[in-house]
Amino acid sequence: VNDLIDPAVAERVLARALANGGRFAEVFAERRRGLTMSIDESRIESVQSGAEEGAGVRVIEGSTTYFAHVDGLDPDDLERAAGEAAAALRGKRREPRALTAAEPGTPHPIAHRPEDVEAERKAALLRELDERGRAERAEIAQFTASYAEARREVSVANSDGLLSGDDRTRTRIGAQAVARRDDSVETGAETLGAHRGFELLEDDPGEIAAQAARKALTLLDARPAPSGSMPVVVGGGFGGVLFHEMTGHGLEADHIQKGASVYVGKLGEQVAQPLLNAFDDGRMRGEWGSDAIDDEGAPTQKTQVIEEGGLTSYLYDHLSAERDGVGSTGNGRRESFRHLPLPRMTNTYIAPGDATPEELIAELEHGFYAVSFAGGQVDPATGDFVFGVPEGYLIEGGKVTSPCRGATLIGNCLDALAAIDAVADDFFMKTGICGKGGQRVPVGTGQGHVRVGAMTVGGTER
Amino acid sequence: LSELSETARRAVEAALGAGAAAAEAYAGRESGREVRVHGGEVESLTAATQTGVGVRAWIGHRVGYAYGTDLTEAGVGAIAARAAEAARVADEDEFAAPPQPARVEPLAGLSDPSVATSSADQVAALALEVERTALATDPRLAAVEQAVYADAAEAVAIASSAGVAGEYENSTCFAYLQALAEGENGRETGLGFGLARGPDGLDPAAIGAEGAERAVAMIGAVKPESRSCPVVLDPTVAASFAGLIGGGLGAGSVQRGRSPFAGRLGQEVASEAFVLYDDGRDPAGAASAPFDAEGVPRRRTPLIEGGELRAYLYDTYTANREGVASTGNAARGGYRSLPSVSASNLIVAPGELSAAQLLGEGVFVTDVAGLHSGVNPVTGAFSVGASGRAIRGGELAEPVREFTIAGELVSMLGGVAAAGAEARWVPFGGSVSTPPLLIGEMSISGS
Repeated sequence: VNDLIDPAVAERVLARALANGGRFAEVFAERRRGLTMSIDESRIESVQSGAEEGAGVRVIEGSTTYFAHVDGLDPDDLERAAGEAAAALRGKRREPRALTAAEPGTPHPIAHRPEDVEAERKAALLRELDERGRAERAEIAQFTASYAEARREVSVANSDGLLSGDDRTRTRIGAQAVARRDDSVETGAETLGAHRGFELLEDDPGEIAAQAARKALTLLDARPAPSGSMPVVVGGGFGGVLFHEMTGHGLEADHIQKGASVYVGKLGEQVAQPLLNAFDDGRMRGEWGSDAIDDEGAPTQKTQVIEEGGLTSYLYDHLSAERDGVGSTGNGRRESFRHLPLPRMTNTYIAPGDATPEELIAELEHGFYAVSFAGGQVDPATGDFVFGVPEGYLIEGGKVTSPCRGATLIGNCLDALAAIDAVADDFFMKTGICGKGGQRVPVGTGQGHVRVGAMTVGGTER
Repeated sequence: LSELSETARRAVEAALGAGAAAAEAYAGRESGREVRVHGGEVESLTAATQTGVGVRAWIGHRVGYAYGTDLTEAGVGAIAARAAEAARVADEDEFAAPPQPARVEPLAGLSDPSVATSSADQVAALALEVERTALATDPRLAAVEQAVYADAAEAVAIASSAGVAGEYENSTCFAYLQALAEGENGRETGLGFGLARGPDGLDPAAIGAEGAERAVAMIGAVKPESRSCPVVLDPTVAASFAGLIGGGLGAGSVQRGRSPFAGRLGQEVASEAFVLYDDGRDPAGAASAPFDAEGVPRRRTPLIEGGELRAYLYDTYTANREGVASTGNAARGGYRSLPSVSASNLIVAPGELSAAQLLGEGVFVTDVAGLHSGVNPVTGAFSVGASGRAIRGGELAEPVREFTIAGELVSMLGGVAAAGAEARWVPFGGSVSTPPLLIGEMSISGS
């Protein structure tokens, strides 16, 4: 699959890992390379280039996982990691199965490798973003943009005989604008990213700069957001972060198995209105949260988590699937070789419905329209979530009226999910970085416009 | 340790050889472990080692950075060459220049030998005791989602062509748990934690009890009425806000007009009850070190005193922009990142009132959520999710949840009516020591 780890070495490392017993052992090897740079005050700065190699070895016995990781991929380094992982075990030697190459999963081809593109061209791209952002209006007082490329070559081998690998390249740009008029200062941000190469940036990357600037400018005319319970129309794309927070995290099987999710015992039950269908899909071609295999070697897959309002599946990694006696759903992900895999979302989205965004709004006498999002947070055990809306609008008499700044949407997962009463057809995906257990992984979120019958809006209006 | 300094020195030489006019290398070596327990059993036991070097190269006033884990001669040479290459891509910035060497006073008390001498079994027993204590505290405590112990021993070396040379070692450890209490309307969570230089400095029973008490206290929580009222911020919450304030006091965001404190030096920005300083040499603070991430001595810097903004925080670059001296506030997330200006340990000075004396009427906020999405770092306007307890007649009353608190950082500081007498170290918002704070009035949005 790749040259990270020789199969013979992997077999030796797995044998060493099982020297003191264990029902499962795995070695995960990785080579990471990346380049980031940014533009600030119209100057290219923070040009950073990284190259790391290393491996993590884990052994599972009983209910315990023993894990060790090292920097470097020399066979000696790997064996040392295996020895450390096995050090606390006291059982009898087990023999791993011979390795055979596993099903490779759906690859995500890279047309134009970012590392083959001259750094000067990336700098030129940032200068273009800078010009586009500042050209929107003189009130754009500050503009920054960033470029990031990252390649992760990974290789997994385990004592069940699995040998697999993946080669992942992600490219992402971001733009942030600050608009100023008298004493008002507002910010706007936009990003574009994919599991793709430089081809992602060959269309019109400057458009995100203009979008970020327009957001900041719109907010100069905004009033403080209202407070109170009201119907909320959530915009498409990154609006899917709402579903990510209020449902996706609670379906990760580790939370379920610890009783730390409001979705415990809800499998097969109606948790939403019949118009709702939702998926986690790690195979979407070129999407930000896609990979060919997960970080345990399982091919990524498309998992329907909500079907006509009924809860149909949790999201599993190897260990949680083994506990429930089911197969992994290809959701075992880790930030790097320095982390243990956890059940994580890939690309999570609400499938498009039949309505149009205009219809969702036209039916409301009074409501809140949440357009851009600054991320969110959930406590899966209580179901309490929050979700920041820097840019929103009032809905009055079926029409979108005044822009509002600085709202936080707050609610409880089960109530808010059940309150989704309309889904529009204008579906698209956006990129996010999701944090859990101290690990950050790229995830996609998506949806068309979605309406929640009632949610608490926490604004700053007095 | 000297091997690490030798690696840094080699990297500087290699960068100069690759065409850099000046270079600095930061080498780090860390070994750490982590134990997670659940249901009376060890769920995972992790042993980790990391070693790497990061090289900053200057060509004229252009600066570039590269890092890597390959510390062989060829590997270090490749990292250094990539740093020089990165410098060629950057634009000229007249203030980009290598930090100059300064006399560094040693700092004792950064390492605890118990990190090295305690066995994996001993620290696993500590995490298990955290869980056991929590479960024994109250029959309504249903489970502990996770109890965690982690420690790390780190060695750092820095070298530069300007003559900066230094090295130090430190150790840190922490334990925490997320306790789950069973109420009529579902489960409630409670966080308990402790921080120290080594496992001998942790009190597992106190950590377990704190998580359990916080979870049980939330049983039966209701949505409070929307209103403006006095608010008491628990130290964990006050620390998160202190972290936001510390971010706004970094000269980087101030100089670029992206801070609510820009242009306010010497002005009144808080009530006299709120006193804040940055202290990079307090041995109890996790961010303490003899020197910062670019070799400049760490120090103590008063930030807000007598209600007035006294200083901003500087690294070498931001100091050069204003022609002042660095305050030793360059920070980096290990060898993988460029240094940038950041608070070290933020200390909110304790006041005179006991925890009970802070309570009159209003809401006691024990947890906030959505700080990364609900705050505008440029203006300081915020709206975040919150939970805690109602305060009535000087006593803690029913638990409250699912509401937001909103305001603006500077006016919130102006509204600090009192600081509690008892401060604690909190790992949120960076490394912060703070007492609870009483805010005269805040806007809360519930039902």
